[in-house]
Amino acid sequence: MTLREVASVAALDVEAVRKDFPVLSREVHGKPLVYLDNASSSHKPTPVLDAEREFVEQHYSNVHRGVHTLSQEATDTYENARTTVASFIGGQHDELVFTKNVTEAINLVAYSFGNPGSPVMLGPGDEIAVTEMEHHSNLVPWQMLAERTGATLRWLGLTDDGRLDLSDLDEVVNERTKLFAFTHVSNILGTENPVDVLVGRAREVGAYTLVDGAQSVPHQPVDVVALGVDFFAFTGHKMVGPTGVGALWGRTELLNAMPPFMGGGSMIEVVQMTGSTYAPAPERFEAGTPVISQAIALAAACDYLTELGLDNIKQHEIALTARLLDGLRSLDGASVLGPDTTEMRGSAVSFVVDGVHPHDVGQSLDDLGIAVRVGHHCAAPVCRRYGVPATARASSYLYNTEAEIDVLLEAILQVQAFWGVR
Amino acid sequence: MTESLYQEIILDHYRRPHHKGLRDPFDVEVHHVNPTCGDEVTVRVQVVDGVVKDVSYDGQGCSISQASTSVMTDLVIGKQVDEALTTHEAFLELMQSKGQLEPDEDVLEDGIAFAGVSKYPARVKCALLGWMAWKDATAQAVANTVLDNSKEAS
Repeated sequence: MTLREVASVAALDVEAVRKDFPVLSREVHGKPLVYLDNASSSHKPTPVLDAEREFVEQHYSNVHRGVHTLSQEATDTYENARTTVASFIGGQHDELVFTKNVTEAINLVAYSFGNPGSPVMLGPGDEIAVTEMEHHSNLVPWQMLAERTGATLRWLGLTDDGRLDLSDLDEVVNERTKLFAFTHVSNILGTENPVDVLVGRAREVGAYTLVDGAQSVPHQPVDVVALGVDFFAFTGHKMVGPTGVGALWGRTELLNAMPPFMGGGSMIEVVQMTGSTYAPAPERFEAGTPVISQAIALAAACDYLTELGLDNIKQHEIALTARLLDGLRSLDGASVLGPDTTEMRGSAVSFVVDGVHPHDVGQSLDDLGIAVRVGHHCAAPVCRRYGVPATARASSYLYNTEAEIDVLLEAILQVQAFWGVR
Repeated sequence: MTESLYQEIILDHYRRPHHKGLRDPFDVEVHHVNPTCGDEVTVRVQVVDGVVKDVSYDGQGCSISQASTSVMTDLVIGKQVDEALTTHEAFLELMQSKGQLEPDEDVLEDGIAFAGVSKYPARVKCALLGWMAWKDATAQAVANTVLDNSKEAS
């Protein structure tokens, strides 16, 4: 057995994994890099980089366009990548549209639903439902759709412990609701939402569901069919893949009933000066030359994660998250925003250090080689809900270690000392 | 820890900010935010006879944005508007210098402590938040004065 096979049989062999990520051996300000900004973007392992390079060096051409050999090889590789990425989340080849990122995937649905011929024509009196914990990318497109159509946007609020407040679910998602968009796992609170409950309610009232899987797909097994959703969006760069590629999964009959979002080459059937007809999904939603080599690298990322085992990765992250939550709990003057146990929770942990602004926390941690994200994490309403201007967020992934969590916890003590709050 | 960034002067202004708290009277009030981080500041300006009579502010944000706003009030209150704008230009130039400029202490006084901030591109906006708000408010106050004068003249 290779080292990798041993790793996937047992749990995750983190030291072996780390060797695949060259950046993890560099130093920052003379200290070993401790990269805990994975909810923002993850690093890329050598096998993913190699796959992209090999494709570009040996098989690259435009896709869906030519009869020459490279064109065919590129098309085959690109379409195989689609199959790989679709099955990674339990979907089928034709159900997966490559996009730039989650933002584009969500905007695709939001614009298509506002275009003539949409499966639902939104208008005054109709409602779109979201939650208060959405990333701006799953909030602003719906605000804009509501503005364009006259529909009303409603949302589920949050409880004090960082969960969705389901007490008025039946009111927020009601007979007037046409679409319910919500995040699978919150990027700022770490909360994993009860998709079954939310989808169940949406189905009762006949609303379509769109789930933002940006923070779940990289970290845990996801099966869109089992979740019962209509649309599911995720992105490559948070799951050891490249930037510039994401995906929208949708039910085939639904995608084929939707009008295009962007027009252009590749998405058409017959084009005449008087008008055009459109190709079926997924091509319908991939106008222009798509993200070819990035999509192929994303498939390699899916293979990489599959080989290690998403269950193993999830278990590893639970251990790290528990250690971080425990450490922060026992630390005077620090508090966690969001669920304080690993139950129904991802690995993103937002925290506040009393008396030190999150920017200053982040800057001071950087000085110690530790990368965390600071700010409102593109979820400003969440910060407002909990009365903080911003937070620091540490988010671990498959290559982080318990020792790194300890480095962070120790560093927070140093930050407190530097800022005179300890 | 990050000594070149967090100069003692900056920490002093952060812990004991000058001229903080919104005051009356004022001519113009503006509210500026840094959308990437959520820092915000409200600045009030009173201009009398071409002089920056008072600047008061309230806000929330990191040490850099709060200290910089405090230093700004020290530097502009009591100055002729033109002179204050020149100081603003000097601070802006320092912030855009990427650490390559030797600041003039005669002009920028405590503001020279921010020279190190210019080496941290992510923090330059923090340092400029209060300054930009002040410039905006002052420009409006001056424009209003011109408008009022022309009304009186006609």
